[in-house]
This record gives sequence, structure tokens and C-alpha cells, in this order.
Amino acid sequence: MTATTPPGHWSPPPLIANPWLRWGLITGAAIYLVLALASLEVNWQRLVEGVPRAIRFVAAFFPPDFISRWSDIADGLLESLTMTLTSTVVGIAISVPIGIGAARNVAPPWMYLLCRSIIAASRSFQEVIIAILLVALVGFGPLAGFLTLSFATIGFLSKLLAEDIEAIEPSAAEAIRATGASFLQWLNYGIQPQVMPRLIGLSMYRLDINFRESAVIGIVGAGGIGATLNTAIDRYEFDSAAAILLLIIGIVMAAEYSSSWIRRKVQ
Amino acid sequence: MAEARPHIAPAWRRRTPRAELARFAGWLALVALTVFCFEVMTRDTMWVFLLDAHKQAADLGSRMFPPRWSYIEKLWWPMWETLNIATLGTLLSIVFGVPIAFLAARNTTPSTLLLRPLAMFVIVASRSINSLIWALVLVSIIGPGVLAGIIAIALRSIGFVAKLLYEALEEIDPAQVEAIRAAGASDAQVLVYGIWPQVRPAFAGISVFRWDINIRESAVLGLVGGGGIGLQLQASLNVLAWPQVTLIFVVILLTVVVSEWVSAKVRHAFI
Repeated sequence: MTATTPPGHWSPPPLIANPWLRWGLITGAAIYLVLALASLEVNWQRLVEGVPRAIRFVAAFFPPDFISRWSDIADGLLESLTMTLTSTVVGIAISVPIGIGAARNVAPPWMYLLCRSIIAASRSFQEVIIAILLVALVGFGPLAGFLTLSFATIGFLSKLLAEDIEAIEPSAAEAIRATGASFLQWLNYGIQPQVMPRLIGLSMYRLDINFRESAVIGIVGAGGIGATLNTAIDRYEFDSAAAILLLIIGIVMAAEYSSSWIRRKVQ
Repeated sequence: MAEARPHIAPAWRRRTPRAELARFAGWLALVALTVFCFEVMTRDTMWVFLLDAHKQAADLGSRMFPPRWSYIEKLWWPMWETLNIATLGTLLSIVFGVPIAFLAARNTTPSTLLLRPLAMFVIVASRSINSLIWALVLVSIIGPGVLAGIIAIALRSIGFVAKLLYEALEEIDPAQVEAIRAAGASDAQVLVYGIWPQVRPAFAGISVFRWDINIRESAVLGLVGGGGIGLQLQASLNVLAWPQVTLIFVVILLTVVVSEWVSAKVRHAFI
């Protein structure tokens, strides 16, 4: 009934309970930080001297110039947008069967392994690296970008679709099967209605991602607005580059708002 | 009683004919739009190049294998740089992202009129530009090197960290905050004892998750001059030294696998 110790200063419990692990991690992080910062090799003097230059560079971005390179920018945007749509549609069309095949509760084990390895192959490299290889194979231009984004879509969408199918309510699928449905009917009436809202949401999300990525892979030659941006910077036309950046931000914002609106609507 | 009833009702259908038609029209429109976009996109494509793509692939494959393993000696330092770009960039983004998250969360922001929209704009602007593009711009401003890479990673990650953290902040339990406040705590104490403990696991998870993503991204930043292993990749690509490229891919792949494993471990431990 009596308080054993007088209330002193209370402090919240630490995130990592084990003190050895906690202090070990803290010491390790500190050592790493010192080493990393020491190896940074930043020439501060040069950096300070470069400040006015940097300001002049930044100033060169303003005002954004939409006019003088507009035809190039419009071409790049058109390439990016068409690339985004076609690669998303084709990527989804391919990833639905792979996603079904990668769901443990639908596919036989060999199919499961096969589809999971396709997913792993597509997910392990990011778009830029795939784009480098595909540009080497099919040449510069939006076709390489289209193939890259389709391939990347497969890894993303199949994985999430497969996880969604594995998490369905089994009784509904069971009920459809009990009526004597064939395998395809079972997929169509037992599973598809349960995963469709999320599939639509994921597709919208991927459309959004594909546009962002289409702006990037152009840097390695896969066409789109990224190529235009790269050219603008290479030519020191920073005002055109600023215009392109603003357009990318604008389109990404529009895509993000509309895709989250659609996702809210269907889910 | 057991006689078969004649079919009176038509077979069951999931949708009315009208709905069926509307769906068909929708799909048709999507396919038409896709084909149209494909046509527009490939206006300037030289299909001749595509005809021998399989030969090119075989050729490229034969050039890429076997990887030039001895090249690994030149990769240790770039790998260390890549790790530093990802880690320091993530740390920098946390330093800036956390205050922005507090400004952006509806329940912690000091002003919904001015600061919250400003914080939201920072988040959206940072998120919409990929770190590779940030690097492209930064390299032209502060010159090529690790620093440009770190800042590029940080600029891209600020929005990510701030967005996920402010969403976590908006979902905290207000009762605990109220209780701390009722105990007579100052605003700073409310922050430290009422709000922060509730979002700490989310914060740890977000940071490690972003670090994992940043490892992947920092591996290619060198393509535009941002330092790290991407620089070696660019150098090898420029001289068409495909065996070295293969080795770099292998190294990147291993790094990604390890960082994903670490991040999964840490997130499991905290969440």
C-alpha cells in the first residue's frame, strides 16, 4: 500500500527495451555517421565560392519559359502520356493472369513458383536499369519506355493482386464452387468481385506511378518528357527545364488527385 | 411433384442488358484509346530495329556474360558512397520532413490557413519529382558528386516522410494528448509525452522503409552525376564494357536484397 520510491522524474520507456542492443545500435550509428561524414570529401571552400554561381544558376530557372521550346515539350509530353496509358493497360493485361497464378489459394504449386519468380525478376531492378537494357535492345525512343514500364507494372500489380486474392473471404468462393461452377466461373463469380475494387484502385495508382517514371526513364534514352528535360539541361536552357518541371508537377498532382478520388469512389 | 418445371424465367444474369452494353462500350473505348495512343507513340519507331531484337538480345547476352569479377575491386568505394548517399539523404530528409509533418497534420499545425497549405505544397512538390530528376537539376547547380546525390535523395524523401508521418499524426488518439495537457504540460511537453510516443513506431517504420527505397534510388543517381555506383555504371556503359555492367547489376541486386531484408526486420521489430 505504500509507495516504495518517491516519485522522481519519469521518463518514457525507450523504443528498444534491451539496453545492450540499444546502446550498441546507438554507438554503431555514431561510428558510421563519423565515418560517412569523414568520407564525404566536400570541398567547402569551393562550395562557398560557388554560392553566387549557384544563385545565378537557380535564377536562370526563372521565369519558366514555356514558349521557345514548346513544340519539343509538347512532343515529350505526348510521348510520356501515351507511353503511360499504353504501358499501364498492357502491363495490367499481362499481370492479371500472373497475379492469379501467383495466388497460393488458386494456383497449383508449380504455377505459383513460376509466377512468383516472374514477379521477383520484375521487382528486383528499378525502371531505369531495365530501361538501359531495353534501349540497348530496341533502340532509343518511347517504345523502349513502353516496354520498360509494362514490365515494371507486372511486378507491382501481380504481387499486390496475388496478395489480395490470397486474402479473400473463402466462404464466398466456396459457395460459388458448391453450385458446381467451373474453374473460370469460380474465378469470375467467386473471386473477381472481391478483388475488383482494389484492382481498379491499384491500376489507377500504377497509372500515376507510370507517369512519374516515364519522366525519369527518358534520361537514359527511353523517350518521353524526361528526354526533353535532359536535353534542355544539357543545352543550359534552364528556363525551359523549369517549365518542364512545373508541367511534371502539375500533371503528377492532377493524376494523384484524380487517382485518389477514383480509389475512394470504388473502395 | 417431381416433374421438371418448364423454364419460365430466363437464365440468371449478373447485370441488366443496358449495364452490360455500357460496360462493353467502356471497355471498347479503353481498348480504342490504348491502340490510338500506341499508334501515336510509335509514329517514329523504326520497326526494322525491332525485327532483329532477338539477335540483339542474344548478342548482348553473350557480351554480358561472364561478368568481369575482378572489377569488384573498383566497386567497393562507390558502394560505400551509395550507402552514404542513401543513409545521409534519409537522415537529412527526416530532419526536414518531421517538422513539415507536424505543420501539415490537421491536429498539430499551428495555423491551418497559412502553414498547413504551405507544408502540403512542399510535400506535393517534393513527391512529384523523382530523385533522379532532382539529381539532374542539382548536378547542374552544385556540380557532380556525392553531395548532389545526398541532397537529391533528401529532397525526394522529405515529401514521402512528411506525408506518411502526418497521416500517422492525424490518426493518433486525442485522449492521451488531452490527458497530458490536463496534467499541466506545456506545448513542448505535450509534443514529447503525448504525441511523439504514439507516432514513434510509425516514424521508425517510415524512416527504414524510405532508407530501403533510397538504397535502390541512390544506385542509379550516378547516371546523371550524383555519385555512387551509378557513376561506374555510366562509365562502363559509355565504353560498352558489358561484363562490368553485369557485375554492377549483380552488386546492386545484392544490395537491394540485403537492404530489403534489413528494412523488413526492423519494421517487424517495431510494428
